[in-house]
Amino acid sequence: MENVLKVPTMAELFAAGKQPEVLFWVGCAGSFDDRAKKITKAFVKILNKAGVSFAVLGTEESCTGDPAKRAGNEFLFQMQAVTNIEVLNSYGIKKVVTACPHCFNTIKNEYPGLGGTYEVIHHTQFLRDLVSEGRITLEGGKYKGKRVTYHDPCYLGRANSIYEAPRELIKKLDAELVEMKSCRKKGLCCGAGGAQMFKEAENGDKEVNIERTEQALETKPEIIAAACPFCNTMITDGVKNKEKEASVGVMDIAELIASAQDL
Amino acid sequence: MELLPQILFGVVLLAGIGFFAKNVKTLRRNIKLGKNVVVSDNKPLRWRNMARIALGQTKMVVRPIAGLLHIIVYVGFIIINIEVLEIIIDGLFGTHRIFAPLGVIYNFLIGSFEILALLVIIAVVIFWIRRNIIRLKRFIKPEMQGWPKNDGNIILYIELVLMLLFLTMNGADFQLQQMNVAHYTHAGSFPVSQYIALLFEGLDVSSLILIERTAWWLHIVGILCFLNYLYYSKHLHILLAFPNTYYGRTTPKGQFSNLESVTKEVKLMMDPDADPFAAPVENENDTPPEKFGASDVVDLNWVQLLNSYTCTECGRCTSECPANQTGKKLSPRKIMMDTRDRLEEVGKNIDANKGEFKEDGKQLLGDYISHEEIWACTSCNACVEACPVSIDPLSIIMDMRQYLVMEQSAAPSELNNMMSNIENNGAPWPYNQMDRINWTQEN
Ligand code: SF4
Ligand code: SF4
Repeated sequence: MENVLKVPTMAELFAAGKQPEVLFWVGCAGSFDDRAKKITKAFVKILNKAGVSFAVLGTEESCTGDPAKRAGNEFLFQMQAVTNIEVLNSYGIKKVVTACPHCFNTIKNEYPGLGGTYEVIHHTQFLRDLVSEGRITLEGGKYKGKRVTYHDPCYLGRANSIYEAPRELIKKLDAELVEMKSCRKKGLCCGAGGAQMFKEAENGDKEVNIERTEQALETKPEIIAAACPFCNTMITDGVKNKEKEASVGVMDIAELIASAQDL
Repeated sequence: MELLPQILFGVVLLAGIGFFAKNVKTLRRNIKLGKNVVVSDNKPLRWRNMARIALGQTKMVVRPIAGLLHIIVYVGFIIINIEVLEIIIDGLFGTHRIFAPLGVIYNFLIGSFEILALLVIIAVVIFWIRRNIIRLKRFIKPEMQGWPKNDGNIILYIELVLMLLFLTMNGADFQLQQMNVAHYTHAGSFPVSQYIALLFEGLDVSSLILIERTAWWLHIVGILCFLNYLYYSKHLHILLAFPNTYYGRTTPKGQFSNLESVTKEVKLMMDPDADPFAAPVENENDTPPEKFGASDVVDLNWVQLLNSYTCTECGRCTSECPANQTGKKLSPRKIMMDTRDRLEEVGKNIDANKGEFKEDGKQLLGDYISHEEIWACTSCNACVEACPVSIDPLSIIMDMRQYLVMEQSAAPSELNNMMSNIENNGAPWPYNQMDRINWTQEN
């Protein structure tokens, strides 16, 4: 059941003299990557269902500059940052939610020094708040009793100490949360961070995403939950490499919630 | 004649402390070769971090076995140092067990020192076994060959010998006390060394005194030598862990600092009112344009250099590193060890050339740390999280990437593609900016 997504842009709302409750920062992966677009849509469906007033920047959004910065190109990063900050400030944005931990980290931590200070929330935190405010309910859905393991994205976990929001949501779905041997502060990277997503890995004896996928599969999960479009891609590839895609799903927390509600 | 030992002691003590002071001076000078950063924010939090992480060893116990053993050695060392105070006073004034009048308290103190000394010996033996028999993976990585490996063992041997000397000294003393020898007042309790004393039964007074004095002297000379060994060893962490945890990062680990020099230029480029022909605003002293990123130790800031001297070479960072775990060359511990080695080399160069650095055609990046290592990092912060003394290897890696990209245009070609995509399309892939919202229309 494909509902029509309601996705207002800031430009439209601005023209109508309206200000949304929150800006949804979609990010490059969320806008262009086929797998990540599904996450974006799942999140929007939940926002629509819960009646959240939000908007996106649409064509006015541009890369936060995270991959450039982690690759060492501070110039390009700051050019991107300053451009984005100008747009955000011109709309008087106060609150930003994003489904990408890299965008989250950059806007939250690195934009303030360049003139862009906002309340920045990761979508797992936002969803948790929607649940606790009773704007969406999760219990007793189709994930009841399913074995779900959760992969901590580095830029959400270690980088910003957000470990519990995604886990609370998984538990709220009545799923059985099983932890990998390295989780939370000791969570192993998926291999995509620091601009690795965009290049071949250096010589070694294994790919990082395979190592991490093996750790995840050790927990015998039905679903590996992620909260980052890049982690999702890396682990999806890992599961395919292990030929387990028929029995183990890799899903974003937003997708779990949306599909639990048949959105 | 009576005074001779006291004078000798004074000389030895002075030499030991004097040499140590000289090392501290060099250490300070070298650390200050780094770029200046002002760390004056968040003082209460910084003190708390120091108390928690350095004094309280909170990060050590993340690995419970190593953590517990380390705490034993650490507490042992700090507490037994109270005994050193007594030794120094005795040595200088020719007294014997000057604190003995403390009575019961004294007995309790000496008793607990002895028990701690025994525990330290046990811990040190286990540590040695972990390094040399079990050969824990993190202790046998390539960067641990040669001096670092020997250093790790030497420290254990010194600690073992010092503790044995301490107990031998007490054992002989106890025996002398039993024999009511003058000068050896009845004081202290000897829960451990009384068993060593059993070995001394039947020895005459003069041999006993000889044993007691020899152990006493070797113990204190050993401690002074150990103090001076620190500068050449990873054991320097016993001192530097304190400032290092104080100056460690207090902001979220994902927050990388924004280069100010770049901000200025970007602001100028983006400002429509800026006069492109205006003379650049200069500081009073005509400084050459700042180099972006780091290729050598002097491009790093002093906190990063302090980090390198503080590194205990424990390898916790490396064992958590995803790149290292999957067989890549990158090892965050090696980044820190290389930084220290190069800094030492630069320091010696300065000493040899009357206070001026003489170009030696070498630098940290390339001669010590390879590009391959730098590019293998996922910036995951696992190393930073794992470090028990708040070291940040990632910041050095990132500074080197900045140098490679902004000064040398030497990024791997795929990354260059990614960056030109961002520049042209506002996304790391070659999609059109105008298609950014197409997802709303797709199923
Ligand atoms: S940040 Fe880099 S060096 Fe540190 S653990 Fe992660 S990959 Fe290794
Ligand atoms: S950087 Fe920290 S964790 Fe790594 S070897 Fe040095 S002290 Fe150990």
